[in-house]
Amino acid sequence: MAKIIGRIWKYGDDVNTDVIFPGKYTYTVTDPQEMAKIAMEDLDAAFAREVRPNDIIVAGKNFGCGSSREQAAFCLKYAGVGAVIARSFSRLYFRNCINAGLPALTLPESPEIFAAGETIEIDLGAGTIACPSGLYQFPPLPEAVIGIFNDGGLVPHTRKILGIDR
Amino acid sequence: MGKTFAEKILGQKTGKSVVPGEIVEVKPDIAMSHDNTAAIAKTFKEIGVSRLDDPGRHVIVLDHCVPAANEKFAQNHKEIRAFVKEQSITNFYDIDRGICHQVLPEEGFALPGYLMVGSDSHSTTYGAFGALATGIGRSEMAVIFATGKIWLRVPETMKIVVTGQLRPGISAKDVMLKIIGDLSADGGLYKSVWFTGPVIAAMSVSSRMVLTNMAVEFGAKNGYMEPDDKTLAFLQGRARAAFTPVTSDPDAEFESVYELDVSDLEPLVACPHSVDNVKPVAAVKGTHIDQVFFGSCTNARIEDFEIVAGVLKGKKVHPSCRMIVIPASQQIFLEALAKGYIAILAQAGATIVNSGCGPCMGNHEGILAPGERVLSTSNRNFKGRFGCKESEIYLGSPLTAAASALTGAISDFREIL
Repeated sequence: MAKIIGRIWKYGDDVNTDVIFPGKYTYTVTDPQEMAKIAMEDLDAAFAREVRPNDIIVAGKNFGCGSSREQAAFCLKYAGVGAVIARSFSRLYFRNCINAGLPALTLPESPEIFAAGETIEIDLGAGTIACPSGLYQFPPLPEAVIGIFNDGGLVPHTRKILGIDR
Repeated sequence: MGKTFAEKILGQKTGKSVVPGEIVEVKPDIAMSHDNTAAIAKTFKEIGVSRLDDPGRHVIVLDHCVPAANEKFAQNHKEIRAFVKEQSITNFYDIDRGICHQVLPEEGFALPGYLMVGSDSHSTTYGAFGALATGIGRSEMAVIFATGKIWLRVPETMKIVVTGQLRPGISAKDVMLKIIGDLSADGGLYKSVWFTGPVIAAMSVSSRMVLTNMAVEFGAKNGYMEPDDKTLAFLQGRARAAFTPVTSDPDAEFESVYELDVSDLEPLVACPHSVDNVKPVAAVKGTHIDQVFFGSCTNARIEDFEIVAGVLKGKKVHPSCRMIVIPASQQIFLEALAKGYIAILAQAGATIVNSGCGPCMGNHEGILAPGERVLSTSNRNFKGRFGCKESEIYLGSPLTAAASALTGAISDFREIL
């Protein structure tokens, strides 16, 4: 599996879906490029402007709490985010990340061990995160859902299962 | 060892004994989607399947922006109506019916022992009827359209026992804010939460729905109550199918038990910008508010109308404050009309709006301007939720909302009524 090398965007606890992707846009902004432009709009105005491919979001507990809106996962993917690391994820957000094919990694030490702007390396296969403060291990995705992630998300996975993509 | 409610339902659906942490593939009995059905239909077509696996399991309710506020919302509704027709979906409720989480119970789709999913986080509401009900994402609903199936993790169970005697005017909303404030926004993360105890037993079905509606606000996968005579009375003449209640075995294992005696509970509010930022009304009373929102799937049922109209009868909403009133469903609207509550509220100066989600997720009908503050009976006060990130949202009970509408400031109803 791939390695992800990117810069850190660091946030706190309970970052909710509404600040990642505001509710007022859920029926009006659907184009991936437009969705990327409003990612994190109500939390960090600089994010969408300055984010670069493979950048990595780190946060504290309960990342993505609130709405079921999967645009909150997809908009980060469309913005080029390589992975999200959090101390814990809301249940719906974690599902939406798997379904979007966006790595959502649970790490008890997050976000304290990271510094904003530093570059880190995630090895998805080895389950490791290498950053200036050290080398950390994260638990693998559950066996039953790793196939969804490996196929690039739920829609491509379902097409494969149904024999539509051979 | 016995099994919990969630283990039993997911076990029945998979045909084997399941344990917490296990991931199972299951077919829900009911799958609900709303204005997001157009986006789901698009993903469904991307999957490459032409017909729904089972149209009878799906319920679609238009509620998030009804009637359409602009061309984009109108186009969205138009696409949904076309999809409903194309797929022969009979359980479709257009813009005249109400909020999905109220409409499904009213229409008899929320049943004891059912496994229900909805592409909306507050789908946990149906747990008040003894269903295992949870929110899912749009892509997941598209896959249910195509295959009928979804993967779910078997949750651990948290038992919340509510005891004591509520003081007059203290409501289910205050109880739930207390629970969320005590346990924090992730206190129930991934858990199946069983609300039980004498206070729950004494609650109306409508009040129980407040608790299960907000279960997701402390991270729960689902919240539920065991069905009792009140549940069965509500379902009488409504239930769409025969059902068998499912309850936890007496010797089932719970991951945690939280006991709460509510005898001393005071009126509470959730302060900006998180639902677990809970304080006594007394700590923030006098805070000026520009608007009161009495609506949402949390607290806009007929018992709430009775309380709010009781306070505002013959009085006026404070001139410095607006009041938006949105019944949770058209049935509630009609009942509130018949009982005179709508007239009382209109005469008090409230703005009455047709049933739907209204401003609750920032779409229309009561959006705030920068610097404004609302006291809302809804369930979520995240920054920007009322459409403006420079505004502030306080959450409280219908009684706190009504008292505050009179004064134009957050008020303790015990001091002004």
